[in-house]
Amino acid sequence: MSGDERWIHTPPRWSATFDPHTIAEIHRAAATGIYDIRGFGAKRKLPHFDDLLFLGASISRYPLEGYREKCVTEVMLGTRFAKKPIKLKIPITIAGMSFGSLSAQAKEALGRGASQAGTSTTTGDGGMTEEERRHSQLLVYQVLPSRYGMDPDQLRKADAIEIVVGQGAKPGGGGMLLGQKISKRVAKMRTLPQGIDQRSACRHPDWTGPDDLEIKINELREITDWEKPIYVKVGAARPYYDTALAVKSGADVVVLDGMQGGTAATQDVFIEHCGIPTLAAIRPAVQALQELDMHRKVQLIVSGGIRNGADVAKALALGADAVSIGTAALIALGDNHPRHEAEYRKLGTTAGAYDDWHEGRDPAGITTQNPKLTARLDPVAAGKRLANYLSVLTLECQTIARANGKSHVHNLEPEDLVALTVEAAAMAQVPLAGTTWIPGRGPQD
Amino acid sequence: MPQKKRSPKPASGGRNSVLDLAELSLRQINQLLHDTDAGDFLIKNPRGAHSLACGLNAPLTVTIGGHVGYYCAGMNKLATVTIDGNAGTGVAENMMSGRVHVKGDASQSAGATACGGLLIIDGNASARCGISLRGLDIVVKGSVGHMSAFMAQAGNLVVLGDAGDALGDSIYEADLFVRGTVKSLGADCVEKRMRDKHKAALAKLLKASGLAGEVDIGEFKRYGSARRLYNFHIDNLGSY
Repeated sequence: MSGDERWIHTPPRWSATFDPHTIAEIHRAAATGIYDIRGFGAKRKLPHFDDLLFLGASISRYPLEGYREKCVTEVMLGTRFAKKPIKLKIPITIAGMSFGSLSAQAKEALGRGASQAGTSTTTGDGGMTEEERRHSQLLVYQVLPSRYGMDPDQLRKADAIEIVVGQGAKPGGGGMLLGQKISKRVAKMRTLPQGIDQRSACRHPDWTGPDDLEIKINELREITDWEKPIYVKVGAARPYYDTALAVKSGADVVVLDGMQGGTAATQDVFIEHCGIPTLAAIRPAVQALQELDMHRKVQLIVSGGIRNGADVAKALALGADAVSIGTAALIALGDNHPRHEAEYRKLGTTAGAYDDWHEGRDPAGITTQNPKLTARLDPVAAGKRLANYLSVLTLECQTIARANGKSHVHNLEPEDLVALTVEAAAMAQVPLAGTTWIPGRGPQD
Repeated sequence: MPQKKRSPKPASGGRNSVLDLAELSLRQINQLLHDTDAGDFLIKNPRGAHSLACGLNAPLTVTIGGHVGYYCAGMNKLATVTIDGNAGTGVAENMMSGRVHVKGDASQSAGATACGGLLIIDGNASARCGISLRGLDIVVKGSVGHMSAFMAQAGNLVVLGDAGDALGDSIYEADLFVRGTVKSLGADCVEKRMRDKHKAALAKLLKASGLAGEVDIGEFKRYGSARRLYNFHIDNLGSY
């Protein structure tokens, strides 16, 4: 290149609008004529718990001894109506994930890990497996729109019931399980032909709207003799109204799943463009509970992008009673581990970015029904990894709670938090760090 | 909300009992039925109560003397439940086995997601009859509303009258037998040949419903899945 030419040709510049991923997706769509399907949750940058900070204690606040003083983590769920509410030792539960989307070994590992940590795990589309029940001390049974595998005997065996109205990754959408994963056992449990692409209903077959939901909840209570807590799970869309309506309908527990919440398989456009971030959903839901005088009476479980104890503590400080993890739990089992890098490369991806959970080719043996792959996952070892991870989340949450002077993690409060960005300040309704300003409110409010 | 208990104990317990909803709460009656392993029961004054006789799990015989609300006999196992009146939404929803007989009309989602047993409706059934059916047999002596047998996976739906719009939309392996007219078929639902085994199955269901010899099987048409949408293919986009 001569001296003059470098002024004629500037280095290549990527478009912010048509970035490399966007261009690749246009090429993929043009080549195939079908939308992209994948697992995982939203991957775009969103306002999240990282945009919040705890203040800790100083002269005006008194901390607890970090290594000596007790910080309680127990949570009771279902205290509103259930004869047998459930007690969790830690404020972290395992979210609903189906046998079908996950291998039987993975479901067993989730049960083992949760039980070691003293918390609950949750079924999913397709019903309850024996392995899952046997290894889960506390098991929540989902009642989904599809009702695949729905069985009153399993309902009676469960410790709690969760009516799934929506999911953060796809609020308004039904489940999807492609033919590669509809094995003989999965097909039998769901009463479906083997190998079909199962696309579940998005609406419940026998109720519509909150008045019906109240009657449905009542039926489930009657069938189980009012013993079991009944949760209502919603994708974060209109959390103020959805929470209020769930309470009105008689829920014991509201589960609120933000758009970072994972899925086994859905259209990428759905995952990235529907619903609201977890951070934005919590305060409106808590506001609804407070206005109804139901905060702490109807418990709130928040999920979608919980990764560490700081996230747990921040969700609790904003008013949640507990959090739920799905994607992080799978990672703890071994999903996206670098030990499988060679196989991820063969699948056209890399450890940390693998999200084709719907294809049933997971080298970690978690999101697959292929017996050769599922055999790789040792449920005992994977369960132990999950228990370790849950322990770390709990210890981290306690560390933060003590530093903020709290003897129970539920004593964390919005006053302990500040925001790093204007957006997070507005969504979490806490002041921008170093100011008293909460967007949408005057400084004196 | 929990039902207020009106009486410390049922007026009559155990076998061959009369249970009066004017005297007992819904909770008391359902609990008694759940705690009993056999017997005949007559439930008086149902007055449109929801969730009556739901979750039964024993070979009881329960007759309900009047109209019921939502989810009567929901998730029934083993029991025989007769409703001497009309039934609200979701009668016998998710039923597993046994027999439920509605002597009047049924509202929407009758037999929704049900896995086994026999549901007989003497009158008409509203929309979504047999939605997501998973093995139950339903015999409707009148007509059914729109979207009946939507996503039906297994079992049989027999309709002596007419069927509304979008019958059998996205159906899987269930069989639909309709004697009258079908306003329209849903996506991937087609008329299918009535083979001998289908005629035998239909005759058996009609007999079980007390219609042996009263209805000509030759008047029925069979509908089921074309199986074109079992696996997603872009050529079928127009079907959705």
